[in-house]
Amino acid sequence: MVKPIIELTNIRKTYRMGDMESHVLQGITLSIFPGEYVCIMGPSGCGKSTLLNVLGCLDQPTSGSYLLSSQDVAHLNDDELSLVRCRNLGFIFQSYNLIQQLTVIENIELPLYYKGVPESESHDIAEKLAGQVGLGKHLHHRPNELSGGQQQRVAIARSLANDPLVILADEATGNLDSKSGHEILGVFDDLHQLGKTLIFVTHDERMVQRCSRVVRLRDGHIESDEPGGARKHRAANPVSELHMNDVTEESESSADLPTSVFSH
Amino acid sequence: MLTALGVVFGVASVVAMLAIGEGASYEAQEQIRNLGSQNVILESIKPPDNQGPGQQSRSFVIEYGLTSRDINQIRQTIPGISVVVPSRIISEYLWHDDKNIDGSIIGALPIYPEMRNRKLSSGRFFTDIELAGRLPVCVINQTSATRLFPLSTPVGKSIRVRGYYYQVIGIMEDEGQRATTESTGNGNKSSSSLAQIVIPFTTLMDQFGDTFFRFRSGSFEAEKVEFHEAIVRVDDVNEVVSRAEAIKQILSKNHPREDYRVTVPIELLRQAERTKRIFSIVLGSIAAISLLVGGIGIMNIMLASVTERTREIGVRRALGAKQRDIVLQFLIETVLLSGAGGVVGVILGLGIPVAISHFAGVTTVIKLWAPSLAFSISVMTGIAFGIYPALRAAKMNPVEALRHV
Ligand SMILES: Nc1ncnc2c1ncn2[C@@H]1O[C@H](COP(=O)(O)OP(=O)(O)OP(=O)(O)O)[C@@H](O)[C@H]1O
Ligand SMILES: [Mg+2]
Repeated sequence: MVKPIIELTNIRKTYRMGDMESHVLQGITLSIFPGEYVCIMGPSGCGKSTLLNVLGCLDQPTSGSYLLSSQDVAHLNDDELSLVRCRNLGFIFQSYNLIQQLTVIENIELPLYYKGVPESESHDIAEKLAGQVGLGKHLHHRPNELSGGQQQRVAIARSLANDPLVILADEATGNLDSKSGHEILGVFDDLHQLGKTLIFVTHDERMVQRCSRVVRLRDGHIESDEPGGARKHRAANPVSELHMNDVTEESESSADLPTSVFSH
Repeated sequence: MLTALGVVFGVASVVAMLAIGEGASYEAQEQIRNLGSQNVILESIKPPDNQGPGQQSRSFVIEYGLTSRDINQIRQTIPGISVVVPSRIISEYLWHDDKNIDGSIIGALPIYPEMRNRKLSSGRFFTDIELAGRLPVCVINQTSATRLFPLSTPVGKSIRVRGYYYQVIGIMEDEGQRATTESTGNGNKSSSSLAQIVIPFTTLMDQFGDTFFRFRSGSFEAEKVEFHEAIVRVDDVNEVVSRAEAIKQILSKNHPREDYRVTVPIELLRQAERTKRIFSIVLGSIAAISLLVGGIGIMNIMLASVTERTREIGVRRALGAKQRDIVLQFLIETVLLSGAGGVVGVILGLGIPVAISHFAGVTTVIKLWAPSLAFSISVMTGIAFGIYPALRAAKMNPVEALRHV
């Protein structure tokens, strides 16, 4: 049996405001396995972002245990949490959150800078990733010179730079029009195809068709936990084509794509 | 950039302060080198109450100055002094062939060049034998040499003063810039480019006596001065000031009219220290206030920047930045800002002493370490005032920082 990459046991998160207590997460128990593409869904305010922040080691649960590849990360100090994020986690945000004063390549290199990877090495990695998300020609552009879809692809490349165990995203397609949203979904499919573990909070029903597992929350509880479209689909018609090619520039050949993303 | 202005002025004042302070001590040391640190210099000066405008058309003899009585008393009553070298100075026209210049004749002793620290550039000084023989020989300074003998070598030729001829036996360097501070009286006196000839004291007494007559703008004026100057050498450098006090006491008893002046070169050092201290206090306060204002300005800028970039901070934390990475980032940015102010300040600060030297005639000296020190002060200001904004940035909760709009 494969070991889970993430094991949450009875995770609770309680916010205290004055003498009001709000129990945002009320005992979440969840295991996620390597290579899964998990969508977390649910109505607004049900605690999706809170759960994702706990998963991303940005926030600590009030109680419960969290094992990330067997390491207990529920009770670490600030520096240790930074280190876990730095080594094991990749983030993609709704509003891209690129750093405006840095160029495309510098943005992609940023996680490697904090990881302490030498600059020559991190430059090579970043350049390769930029090529893989189809921005090989925009290395020295600033984020404000790019479209939303392009910015989100830079953010995806950035989330891959430190070769994380898990990639987390909160409403990654939320700010995009349906066409660029579709392109980004294609990129995610490729990541899934390449064996990455993805945990995405979303309202986007299209994602449900493509992911391997859908976890629905309601009022801080897991309401349902079902296989996603990709798993149901795969049995009949395995995904073979690489969607990333739809979205890359003509000049970026699909030959760039293969597993090289993880080879560094 | 405007907020870094405080740092600019602060750093500029530091550079200027150091340059002026160094200049003051440099000037004092130059003077001491010229006048001799072991010396006490006594000079005769015309008493001020005899210079009234109502006496212009009358003619009489003004008698003032140091006398042999003073010299003898000093010799006999003050211990620890080795020599007293009196000299007489007379203003006259110096002639060579048909060329003449306004200059002064100094009657002195052979020890004069050593006491006054004046070097001979050619020839020699007169000797005790020439002094005893009351011979008409002279040593001229560089100014006289170039002005009276523009084309020939002066040594061996003669100079005429009031019908007397003096054979030139040596040439000495001009006296360095002299005297800005005296223990009595005030005012500046510069003798740097004055033509001077030095003759044996005895020769001068023979030929000019102790009364000196001169026509001046229609009136006939006579001065009777025995010694125009006397140099007292104190054996122990540490005793110079106390011996000078004793000399002043003797002179003030003998001369109620204050027709003398006592210069203690070593006291110039104290004067310089005082100047230095005053400038340090004034410019130091300006520097401190400017740096404080500049530092607070920079801190405000950085606090605004931290707030504006809250989300960026959240992103960096999410990507693995530790708190200390954030601190370092904002500290570096602050230091770049204050350091840029520091560079401008150093440039401005190098200009101020140059301007002061030019317009106020004050010597300023820029040591290499001064701009470096001033620049590091700007860097330290950046660190001091950047640490709070940087810590504030680092202490942000990553989740809240990411939610910030
Ligand atoms: N720092 C906080 N202090 C107090 N309450 C908070 C805090 N953060 C979140 N909450 C509350 O927790 C609940 C869940 O918030 P969360 O952001 O996880 O919802 P969500 O599922 O992501 O909603 P949405 O789909 O609108 O993004 C909300 O009611 C919110 O008000
Ligand atoms: Mg949310």
